[in-house]
Amino acid sequence: MISDAYSADHGYDSNIIEVKGLSKHFGKLKAVDGITFQVKEGEIFGFLGPNGAGKTTTINMLTTLLPPTSGEARVCGFDIRKEANEVRKRIGVVPQEYTADEDLTGMQNIMLCGELYGIKKSEIERRARELLELVDLADAADRKVSSYSGGMRRRLELAAGLVNSPRLLFLDEPTLGLDVQTRTAVWEYIRELKEEYNMTLFVTTHYLEEADSLCDRIAIIDHGKIVKIGSPSELKSGLGGDVIQLTLDDSSDLTEAISRISLVKEVKKSDSSYRIKAERGEEAAPLIIELIRSRGMHVKTIALTKPTLDEVYLEYTGRAFRDDEEPSKVWAQRMTMRRARA
Amino acid sequence: MSKTDRRSMEVQSQIEEHTNISTQYLNPSPIHGLWALTNRDLRKWYTNPFQLFMSLIQPIIWLGLFGKALDFGAIFSSSAPQLSGAIVSSVFGTGSYFSFLAAGMLTFVILFTAMFSGMSIVWDRRFGFLNKVLTTPVARGSIVMAKVLSSVGRSLVQAVIVLMIAVLLGMDTSKMTLLGVAGTFAAMFLMAIGLSSLFVMLALRSTDWQTQMAIMNLLNLPLLFASNALFPSKFMPEWLQYIVKVNPVSYATDAARQLLLGSAGMASLSYDFSFLLGFAILFSLIGIVMSWKYLTK
Repeated sequence: MISDAYSADHGYDSNIIEVKGLSKHFGKLKAVDGITFQVKEGEIFGFLGPNGAGKTTTINMLTTLLPPTSGEARVCGFDIRKEANEVRKRIGVVPQEYTADEDLTGMQNIMLCGELYGIKKSEIERRARELLELVDLADAADRKVSSYSGGMRRRLELAAGLVNSPRLLFLDEPTLGLDVQTRTAVWEYIRELKEEYNMTLFVTTHYLEEADSLCDRIAIIDHGKIVKIGSPSELKSGLGGDVIQLTLDDSSDLTEAISRISLVKEVKKSDSSYRIKAERGEEAAPLIIELIRSRGMHVKTIALTKPTLDEVYLEYTGRAFRDDEEPSKVWAQRMTMRRARA
Repeated sequence: MSKTDRRSMEVQSQIEEHTNISTQYLNPSPIHGLWALTNRDLRKWYTNPFQLFMSLIQPIIWLGLFGKALDFGAIFSSSAPQLSGAIVSSVFGTGSYFSFLAAGMLTFVILFTAMFSGMSIVWDRRFGFLNKVLTTPVARGSIVMAKVLSSVGRSLVQAVIVLMIAVLLGMDTSKMTLLGVAGTFAAMFLMAIGLSSLFVMLALRSTDWQTQMAIMNLLNLPLLFASNALFPSKFMPEWLQYIVKVNPVSYATDAARQLLLGSAGMASLSYDFSFLLGFAILFSLIGIVMSWKYLTK
């Protein structure tokens, strides 16, 4: 198999990214504070956190744009500090901001990227056409990028990130600032591309539902530290499972009986309603209903809620995801980072 | 094209891609991407008619207004008509101030273009383009040298135009030879490399174009005035002459005057060229070495 030969050749087995104690400090600010994690080849790995949590700084280090303050990381089997150029040859990067040159056409942008990777001239044009076709920009290929819409520019960035057929693609907030429809479209492209090229994806996002439906594994990062890592379902089941809410037509106490059902973990009663935490709620609910009927009572209403990443996030960071931190704080932090860089 | 057709084509290309992987990771030459990046900058210039027009019109205006307005020769001819020819040629080393200035204007236009080479890297940083380039395996030195070379290309084209206009407006051509013109542009080329490297290097970390403008203005006028480009250095105070003698602008201008006008030089031609060559090599090397450390996000 080609991919096996590739892995063996490049000195890594299944972990395409290995990060150990990686930190980046800007003056006193610890933007990334000793993170350790691995990404397996072929998975979609989500990096989740609020603004200023250290997502982009981590990507910048892994893509060799920023030297780390301490710690180490290997990407595609190469050290990001000592073998930066080997890393660069093998990865694709789609940064948060638009990077295409507005004065050039889509086609010229992709061709330029190809040349920067040292791809043979004869090869580049064929490849650029193919990529623009893939992201549905073939018709706009010869238009200047300044005339593109936001969604088109995103797709162009995607195409540019794929020029060197990377085994690992970094996507930094690929859907930031796009409307819902365009976001869905962009994700469809990303999924299609991943299947097409069998790539590993490293994605940062702060849209929880996106991370939930797309990622194989998620790391939640906050204040520069990874607070939790695992598959979306692992993270959610870590919360203690699904919640079933019941209202009965009778107020006699069934707490005792319901708790004896094996899937049920916790029962809380108030008046004639119950709040029940259970594993595999869809299996637990019928059992509970049967129990209630066998006691000659009836269920008036029932609702089953599965935990969302919102709750996971709340659990581990103590903050609701959507509440942006006080803007002034984020701003102060950004300014510190800018000053430290200058 | 049906969906299945497209699928099968894509599968086909995927297979091709995998067979290409081994060749693709072959190390490209260390300067790959240099021409692509240089060409990108040049293309922005020559495909934008307004920019092209402006960059050509500016030296013409300078030459026309500055050169014709400050006619120092006229001062002598009005006060001492019979001596004026001798005075002018002993002061300026040629028949008229205009011819003297025309040679200086060549270096002037190169200095002005070089100044903006740093600006372009600041814009690339701000617009994110630089970040994209930095994620590719292109040599950091090539990123810097592409800026330098595109600036050199632009400035030399402008210098050619300035020379042509100068000749049309009455620059002394009696001692001009093809070899002299070629030599002049060789000197301009070296100066352009050195100056562009200097300005690019100062902009490596900057994201702020206002700071960059301030730096440009701070360096630009002293480089121009503390040189022999506009006025002969032998009439300057002694302390200023020391600065003139370490200013590369002086040596490029000096070489141009000797080669185009046959003037007696400030230094020998070989000294002029050695100085300029050293300047160009030194500053481009510093620029490349600095790019390894400072050209990051």
